[in-house]
Amino acid sequence: MSLADLAAEHGLHRVGARPPFWQYLKQAWGRREFVWAMSRYRMRADLEGNRLGIIWLVLQPMINALIYGVIFYFLVGERGRGADYPAHVVIGVFLFQFFSKSLSQGAKSITGNQALVQSLAFPRVTLPVGEVIEQFLSLMPSMALLAVVLPLMGHLPSVEWLLMVPLLVLFTLFNTGVALIAARLTVHVRDLTQLLPFISRILFYTSGVLFNVNGVLAGNPTLLRLYDFHPLYQVLEMARAALMGGHTYDPMYWVYFSAWAVVTFVVGLLFFWVAEERYGRD
Amino acid sequence: MTEQTPPIEEITRPPYIADAAGRRPVVIVDDLHVKYRVFASGKAIKRRGRSLFQNSGRGIRVVHALKGVSFTAYENESIGVIGANGSGKSTMMRAITGLTPPESGAVYAASRPNLLGVGAALIPDLSGERNIVLGGLALGLSRKEVEELRDPIVEFAELQEFIDLPMRTYSSGMQARLKFAIATIKHHEILIVDEALSVGDRRFRKRSEDRIREIRDNAGTVFLVSHSMTSIRDTCSRTIWLNKGELMMDGPTDEVVSAYEESRSGGGVVR
Repeated sequence: MSLADLAAEHGLHRVGARPPFWQYLKQAWGRREFVWAMSRYRMRADLEGNRLGIIWLVLQPMINALIYGVIFYFLVGERGRGADYPAHVVIGVFLFQFFSKSLSQGAKSITGNQALVQSLAFPRVTLPVGEVIEQFLSLMPSMALLAVVLPLMGHLPSVEWLLMVPLLVLFTLFNTGVALIAARLTVHVRDLTQLLPFISRILFYTSGVLFNVNGVLAGNPTLLRLYDFHPLYQVLEMARAALMGGHTYDPMYWVYFSAWAVVTFVVGLLFFWVAEERYGRD
Repeated sequence: MTEQTPPIEEITRPPYIADAAGRRPVVIVDDLHVKYRVFASGKAIKRRGRSLFQNSGRGIRVVHALKGVSFTAYENESIGVIGANGSGKSTMMRAITGLTPPESGAVYAASRPNLLGVGAALIPDLSGERNIVLGGLALGLSRKEVEELRDPIVEFAELQEFIDLPMRTYSSGMQARLKFAIATIKHHEILIVDEALSVGDRRFRKRSEDRIREIRDNAGTVFLVSHSMTSIRDTCSRTIWLNKGELMMDGPTDEVVSAYEESRSGGGVVR
């Protein structure tokens, strides 16, 4: 009798075998307290090293918005600025940062936690998801800041602001999917970590963070039509419409972006789960 | 075996089936091969991975760390694993936990074997207190269980005065004590101890050895990887000797350890 038969006879299971998808999700859900504690503690640990601590979560995107805003104010010209340029830039920079950080931190979530992955057994999906949760928590102070800054720019709170809640839920789903895909790809090709900052920057300059797409591309209807399907552009436009008032957009964006978010999330989960057995390798 | 609700990711325990000798196998290692593919410069790359430099042959070395190891461990056995540095002991243990995937062959187990260790989950910038929570959750305990076990952990690690300080401010001995105290709090059915006995100062080492013994009595099966023949003789009834990735000998501790020591002294190496 072979050893494999002996194992089967005694009901032993192969160690490290990837569980079926639903069971995998269930196991991951069972680890939610771990994910939650890890994200919160990591964020705190990152901040406590600085003298100003949590203030940096607000200060950093603020300075970013200021620098980009001032430079691009002169670069994009009258047509590219749109209605209210400062509010346009602040919303764009703050929200885009959630995406870019999820991408870069998510990509490093497996390769950067090699020691943890090699010493404890738990569904690895918890690592990229934990990173996105950490970024979501970091986004909250800057969202609070928006609520203070926007009225100063003349955009008073309205019922429409509540649309930010479903939008952020969808955005988080989307970012989680992106983080999961990036995490697995980085495991296959480490060199990706060198490439990602450029990809992130290209997206930053092409998603309408710093300029009004409708104004800049007024002479190019084909390209403008393409932007209707650009997920990051959709998020920014919907957020601006909800927060600024008077900013119009195609309501179909909600349908498009919901599809983007759900599909990216599900594909990300499946794509990540398929390689579960490989993540322990050196 | 003590009945305890297994953490959710543990494989459902199979019904008890005894073999002819009345013992149930709990870990079966079947012709296990593990290979590492490493850049000669020292940077590890993925096996089978579509790495950019896969076929360029640019200084890639294949390290065949385990070459076809097979054995069967039964419940309530304490098995020592010995061998020179680089003989594949740690690789085999990592493969048994499922953390290092095998090149070919397989490991079967009744429940997921656990390595004794939690260090990698902790964050040095956080207080000892928060690290207890984080470590406990990483081991698969629930928040409530962690709260209940907090005091015993602090007490065992003897860190009452310092538990609210960041872990990075601890001495290495204090850190080791805390990690050991957290890691040993969970009940394990199949446990792997990788030279963890030499933790802290002499007094703490004594206590940690007692703790290990206690865990061993509660756990079903224990693997002890060690260079200390004394602790192997003290704790293990059976011993496996690995040499250059191959299984040299597998049998009663006395015989195997004697043969191992003989080979070492015969080779002119005295430890």
